[in-house]
Amino acid sequence: MFEWFHDHPLTVRIIQAAIVSGVALAVADYGRRQGIMLLGQTAIAILRGLVQIIAVGLVLVFILPKPPIISLPVLVLMILTAAIIAGRRSRNAPGAYQAALYGISLGSASIIALMSLVGAIKFSVEEIVPIGSMLIANTMNTAAQALERFRSDVASHVGPIEAALALGADPATTVRPYVRAAAESAMIPRVDNLASLGIVWIPGLMAGMLVQHGNPIEAAIYNFSVIAMIYASSGIAATATLSMVRHRAFTPAGQLLIRPAEAKANPHSPSAYRKLAPTKSR
Amino acid sequence: MPDPILKTEAITREVSGRRIVDGITMQAFRGQILAIMGPSGSGKSSFLRLLNRLDEPTAGSVLLDNTDTKSLPPRELRRRVGMVLQSPFLFPGTVADNIAFGPRQRNEEFTPQQIDQLLDHVRLSGYADRDAGRLSGGEAQRVSVARTLANRPDVLLLDEPTSALDANAKNDVERLIARIVIEHNLACIFVTHDPEQTRRMAARLMILVAGKLERIGSTAEVLQMAREIPLGSSHPPNSPSSQR
Repeated sequence: MFEWFHDHPLTVRIIQAAIVSGVALAVADYGRRQGIMLLGQTAIAILRGLVQIIAVGLVLVFILPKPPIISLPVLVLMILTAAIIAGRRSRNAPGAYQAALYGISLGSASIIALMSLVGAIKFSVEEIVPIGSMLIANTMNTAAQALERFRSDVASHVGPIEAALALGADPATTVRPYVRAAAESAMIPRVDNLASLGIVWIPGLMAGMLVQHGNPIEAAIYNFSVIAMIYASSGIAATATLSMVRHRAFTPAGQLLIRPAEAKANPHSPSAYRKLAPTKSR
Repeated sequence: MPDPILKTEAITREVSGRRIVDGITMQAFRGQILAIMGPSGSGKSSFLRLLNRLDEPTAGSVLLDNTDTKSLPPRELRRRVGMVLQSPFLFPGTVADNIAFGPRQRNEEFTPQQIDQLLDHVRLSGYADRDAGRLSGGEAQRVSVARTLANRPDVLLLDEPTSALDANAKNDVERLIARIVIEHNLACIFVTHDPEQTRRMAARLMILVAGKLERIGSTAEVLQMAREIPLGSSHPPNSPSSQR
């Protein structure tokens, strides 16, 4: 029995993956019965995630021995995909994709460049790609959360926003409380990551370094640096994403473009607004 | 007749191929209330929102004091064409914070005396330090009117400002509006569903049906003629159901 497990490690991994996927689908199905309609998305995400991670494993084996410059197109591809995923969560917010792309690129690229310059990340494929992907994935989550919170807050506060616009307020002033709330809510998981580091959460990277008999203090400081990088890149991503989407939420004449979802069927829906070419205005 | 302070020329707003405001030409004069009536969905509020560019007209023009509003900075336009919404939407803070909001947008700080003067004007003396979230519906709507007046507008747009109020508060707000229109020499455009309110307040009335201007003229004349207008609604202006 145990010999079979030992002799067929790939089969064992596939069975384990199938079991956890089944549990994830069961949870999503339970949610569906409670009115949380995520079953279809979950099934697709599981399948997609599995195919993608296998493909990336094969690609990494191919690119690891290559010169470090090969990391750049890989990271660019990751950033573009991350922006599509983050923007799709808030597709009713005008310019969500562009805002996510701006935030994720700025957040991840600036921190990767800075940490490479100071030597915290070695400019090699085996460090740039995995650490870069961690930063991009986290900035993607932050940008998506910030976008969705901003869109939903603005959509549910159209009245006060238009009351302020009608009093001659600058559009940026009218949505400032919702920008703040969105930035805070998007950054809470990153703050929790930092606060729980080593107590609730030991990053896989650290465990790997210790298994390879690394110095535990050095491993700890390195891992702290990576988590701090994630915090910094997420902060930049949230700020940049929100600054762009806040601007895109209005026409040049200061007319609010975001509307509640239930208003989609009526003439004030965002799609309806997008069909209007805003005339030149000061 | 004096020159109109605000006029529209064939103003239209088309959304997804549907004209929600369709070629409306009208004029509004200082010191006079113009009421807008029409069935639900006839474009009354949509028309009002075009006048201060909360929405963009797709055709036609709005002239404020003979200047095309598209040539005015939108924030300056909205200061000059003030709008009071159906709900007051007071901002968090005190009544004074709300009154000072508009002037602060153009870096003008209202003194406590100016705030008290405005509150006195809307019969809310001594309310400056009250929490805006703790006012009654009628008080909140009067603060909303005072907040708009703090911008010293030329035109006052009112989108069913009394529809959410009880009878007493409604009378208070009606009297307040009638008085400030005269005292401030404002042009006032007032959306309402209530023909009695129109009779009490408005010198002129325009009726919209399906986004189009059906009638405009003196209130008495238009209300008289409106009996024969097929408004196409379960709530035509003179029907008993609209007077509930």
